[in-house]
Amino acid sequence: MIENFDMSLVDWSRAQFALTAMYHWIFVPLTLGLAFIIAIMETIYVKTGNPEWKKITKFWMTLFGINFAIGVATGIILEFEFGTNWSNYSWFVGDIFGAPLAVEGIMAFFMESTFIAVMFFGWNKVSKKFHLISTWLVAVGSNLSALWILVANGWMQNPVGMKFNPDTARNEMVNFWDVLFSPTAINKFLHTISSAYTLAAVFVIGVSAWYLLKKLNVTVAKKSIVVAAVFGLITSLFTVMTGDNSAREIVRDQPMKFAAMEGLYDGSKGAGLVAIGVMSSSSESGNDNMMDFHFKLEIPNLLSYMAYMDGDAFVAGVNDVINGYTDNDGVIHPPVATKIEMGRKAIHALKNYKQAQKDKNDALAQSSLNELNENFKYFGYGYFDDPYNIVPPISITFYSFHIMVGLGMWFLLLFTLALLFVYKESIVSKKWFLRSAIWNIPLAYVASQSGWIVAEMGRQPWVIQDLMPTLTAVSNIDTTSVQITFFLFLIVFTGLLIAEIKIMLKQIKLGPNHGGH
Amino acid sequence: MKLLLSLKKIWMFYYEGFAGQKSWSRQVWLIIILKLFIMFFVLKLFFFPNFLKTKYTNDKDRGDYVIEQLTNPKK
Repeated sequence: MIENFDMSLVDWSRAQFALTAMYHWIFVPLTLGLAFIIAIMETIYVKTGNPEWKKITKFWMTLFGINFAIGVATGIILEFEFGTNWSNYSWFVGDIFGAPLAVEGIMAFFMESTFIAVMFFGWNKVSKKFHLISTWLVAVGSNLSALWILVANGWMQNPVGMKFNPDTARNEMVNFWDVLFSPTAINKFLHTISSAYTLAAVFVIGVSAWYLLKKLNVTVAKKSIVVAAVFGLITSLFTVMTGDNSAREIVRDQPMKFAAMEGLYDGSKGAGLVAIGVMSSSSESGNDNMMDFHFKLEIPNLLSYMAYMDGDAFVAGVNDVINGYTDNDGVIHPPVATKIEMGRKAIHALKNYKQAQKDKNDALAQSSLNELNENFKYFGYGYFDDPYNIVPPISITFYSFHIMVGLGMWFLLLFTLALLFVYKESIVSKKWFLRSAIWNIPLAYVASQSGWIVAEMGRQPWVIQDLMPTLTAVSNIDTTSVQITFFLFLIVFTGLLIAEIKIMLKQIKLGPNHGGH
Repeated sequence: MKLLLSLKKIWMFYYEGFAGQKSWSRQVWLIIILKLFIMFFVLKLFFFPNFLKTKYTNDKDRGDYVIEQLTNPKK
């Protein structure tokens, strides 16, 4: 059936969505994290009454404002794309996506936009306490926005709390709480926001380090580093913890993604974690997507421990998922060939059901409906011919995962060193550290983007796990129009990014003594 | 009267806030307005119509079309 799809259209639609989502994610994490760092700084100001802290708060608020303003509404483009390029998907997900996004619009967006005005215009006009509450509400509001979007994304990775309605071709929510509190959604939300906090902390340390290198605004820079380093240390530890929880959840619900993250082709008991690995350009299996390792450094048993908290547990590899296996919890995962068969039955049953309805053949409609319900959990597999079609791009997933984890660990060290050097009052003399702190700003963005690449490339070929492959989600539109909008977005977003960097650099050069906003 | 005073206070709060903005704020407002114009009056209007809404007038036809796409995909 795969030959019935225009793969050029699918690829361009994916490229366009990836481009807009990745650009959107350049602006979002700094907003999420910097909002809390500012709230902490202002809390210190209100508690101590020290005007230095007010100056610090106002300075970082300026950079927050620039980033917020440039990034605002960039996510709306993604919603445009859902309606135009991904109409099958938008229809199929039905209310599941609509409800969380509506809650976001009503609750978080209004909360954020109301109190942001107080945050920026309210200095000396409202009481210190009311201003502080507004700053905290902006931080909470922006993070609540992220919650609903990430709940929707979590549902795509692990669709729960819904029932497919064959009359409307839509999934209908049967339990809102199952969707909201699905382990995938919770882990995704906590891991994503904590990584955003880490990025913001790296940003604050990097900018402050530049001041220290230039011997400008030394007190402001040192105080900012203390707040950011403590905040970053706590949040990066939390990022490690939530990432660990995510891994345990992925190994159960998306075992193929887990195998791809580690480049694990054949599973084993007591599986080792690849700490460093380089893939070669050849493959013994003959599958171009499953390259052998040129070299790898493994930590014995750690992958099994990470997946099941048991160093001797069995972890399934790509071939095990393809051929079927029984996991460590005793759950039987059928071979992909069986799932393909069941998926085909489900697709066929849906077709027969609609035809039987047209023909007013109630008996056939009922039997088709029963067959559809029996096989629906593997509906999406019915579009594939070869079980290996469900293997995601392994090298991209593997490298992105290892870059993300490696940089995450590096940031832990960065925050620890920053605190240590500030405590020893030697940070101004540690030029190597200050220079490296500046370079860590782009690295934090690389880590953040890599995390999304793992999440989204690692779950291919699915747009909704097991139910809807990406290739069936796209609208049947002209590829040329997708190509045109791809380049339009590239120009618009690159322009926005250049504007942000230019305005921000100007404000950083002007510094906190310029009076903030 | 009290309501009018409150409304005037809110109006003055925003008026003074916008009037007292620094140059960077004016720059980002310009970017926001330009960006929203491009998004809603260029991209949305000319490049991003809602595919199913423009093709069909009711939900039943939209559902039938998606089922046809899912059960009988054609290039």
